[in-house]
Amino acid sequence: MTAMGDVKRRRIDELAARAGQVPEGEGGVSLTKSAFRRLRRNPVAITGAVIVVLFLLVAAFAPLLAPKDPLTQYLLSEIRPGTIPGSREGFPLGVDNLGRDLLSRLIVGSRQSLLIGVVSTLLGVVVGMALGVLAGAFGGWVDTVVMRFVDILLSIPGLLMAISISVLLGQNQYALMIAIAVTQVPVFARLLRGSMLAQRDSDYALAARALGIRRSRIVFGHVLPNSLSPVIVQATLSLATAIIEAAALSFLGLGDPDLARPEWGAMLSNAQAFLSIRPELAVYPALCIIVVALGFTLLGESLREALDPKFRR
Amino acid sequence: MTIVELPPHGDDRTGRPVLEVDELTVTFARKGEQPTHAVDGVSFSVAPGETVGLVGESGCGKSVTSLAIMGLLPRRGVQVGGSVRFDGHELLGASDRTLRRMRGADMAMVFQDPLSSLNPTVPIGTQVTEVLFEHREMSRKEAVDEATRLLDRVGIPDPARRLKEYPHQLSGGMRQRALIAMALACSPRLLIADEPTTALDVTIQAQILELLRELVVDSGTALVMITHDLGVVAGLCDRVHVMYAGRIIESADRHDLFARPRQPYTGGLLASVPRLDGARGVPLHPIRGSARDVIPWTEGCAFAPRCDNAQDDCLTEVAGSTVPLELDGPGRELRCRHPLEYPRSPAGATASGAAR
Repeated sequence: MTAMGDVKRRRIDELAARAGQVPEGEGGVSLTKSAFRRLRRNPVAITGAVIVVLFLLVAAFAPLLAPKDPLTQYLLSEIRPGTIPGSREGFPLGVDNLGRDLLSRLIVGSRQSLLIGVVSTLLGVVVGMALGVLAGAFGGWVDTVVMRFVDILLSIPGLLMAISISVLLGQNQYALMIAIAVTQVPVFARLLRGSMLAQRDSDYALAARALGIRRSRIVFGHVLPNSLSPVIVQATLSLATAIIEAAALSFLGLGDPDLARPEWGAMLSNAQAFLSIRPELAVYPALCIIVVALGFTLLGESLREALDPKFRR
Repeated sequence: MTIVELPPHGDDRTGRPVLEVDELTVTFARKGEQPTHAVDGVSFSVAPGETVGLVGESGCGKSVTSLAIMGLLPRRGVQVGGSVRFDGHELLGASDRTLRRMRGADMAMVFQDPLSSLNPTVPIGTQVTEVLFEHREMSRKEAVDEATRLLDRVGIPDPARRLKEYPHQLSGGMRQRALIAMALACSPRLLIADEPTTALDVTIQAQILELLRELVVDSGTALVMITHDLGVVAGLCDRVHVMYAGRIIESADRHDLFARPRQPYTGGLLASVPRLDGARGVPLHPIRGSARDVIPWTEGCAFAPRCDNAQDDCLTEVAGSTVPLELDGPGRELRCRHPLEYPRSPAGATASGAAR
């Protein structure tokens, strides 16, 4: 009877031991990984990602994709005051007032527009985050100084500031990037600071302090990683704004003076004189700007949902 | 205000106490607001291997006491007075650097909610090794090995794999075990456990208490157990201090306290615990009112508004002095002018009755 009991006992222990084990390959699902898993199941995210990736690919392979050279003038004989030839064989979207192929210009122009958007947002994120970390980690007078500076930046209307800066720095594409970046800085600084302040008082930060972890480690190892998700989301959304803002500055004539680089905003600006003759010249670049901005916005919004702890699991 | 000098207790067991708290006061003061005396002259000491319970309702100052001991209260708007000595060294007014080096190494703390006490974005292993890097000179590999050993010691199965997991992948009990492993990583001489079982299921509670008894009490580490759960007190504590509105109102050994609660508040706490050996259908006796119905200690006994024994001289203006904490028999202290009297059948549960 005891032998029988022993066997049973052993069997139970075996089963229990197996139950306690985690299946192979399942260990260590980080929040980032599970956020991506959720993102993949979200059709809105997929739509946004497809748009963004499509445009990035177009920008990357623009010289190969463009059917014609974006600077060569065609059909000059047909361009007269009051008439610009529309779409036809070889020119699916028609030509602009100088006879340059519109499709090729849009394709090549994506490079400049996306580049300005990405670089200026990155610049804005980096500087804004540096200020935010400074304010959020130290608090006290550092916080006060940094935040008042940010408030000053924030009190100036974004476009006005961008215009002033690009005028100050001279007309080139770097000035444009810096001008847009500066308008993004206060948003990221405030966002990161606020989210760090909330995390600084969290239980795990207190628990880490109770274990004698040094402050730099708590800030960079614990508080910062937990404060990043709103910044990541905002960066995605800001990309859309940056592209629109770049277009706006170009439209105002503050863009890249190098005519060899087509850009959507500049194209739009150029098209306004011929709006009554050929509205397509304005519609297509505008459509590109809207669709790219929409793509980034969709991606950003679904990223926010995926990273939101309320939607976890 | 009369302060009655009391001989320090606790050091009668194994000599010098690890922790001595003397007239600790914590005042929260904001500009333009009435200051709040969260802790109002609390004194107790803990000897090596001793478990001291701080018991009371929410808001009685027990958690603030523990944070003050660890030096974890914010600087702004908080005034801490009195004395906290660890191994004879004064902690109040010690530099941030000194305190940080002591926390985790000499004294550690386990918090109430194991999920929010762990960083959700960092694997368990990193959070354990981090403590080892901070206080013990260790190479990466040594730290990982030690972390594995620590998790194994607190009863987490398959520790090597668990190290790579994130807090949300562990069960509540596992998380609390991991936190205990982190707290014990550097073999501290004092552990403060702030309601470590409140957020857990009953069966897990028992396991965690058993773990604490095994790893802390039996290894000679001093333990301060902060709880409102009398079952925890009955199961683990040697000495119990009952707190009310920022002051200790009764101190006694566990058995004395459960057998003969003297403060009507303690009696009330015990009476509100359901008992198996009582007759069925006998209603529980909750303490009437809530912890908000207090009067300031300077004007009388804070518990008087809720107390069945309260009489006129519980108020300072009648008695001419505030209610002092006085010796009440061997090893007992009491802050009450009209305590429960014995012999009579205890109003509430006994130690065996309230134990799980």
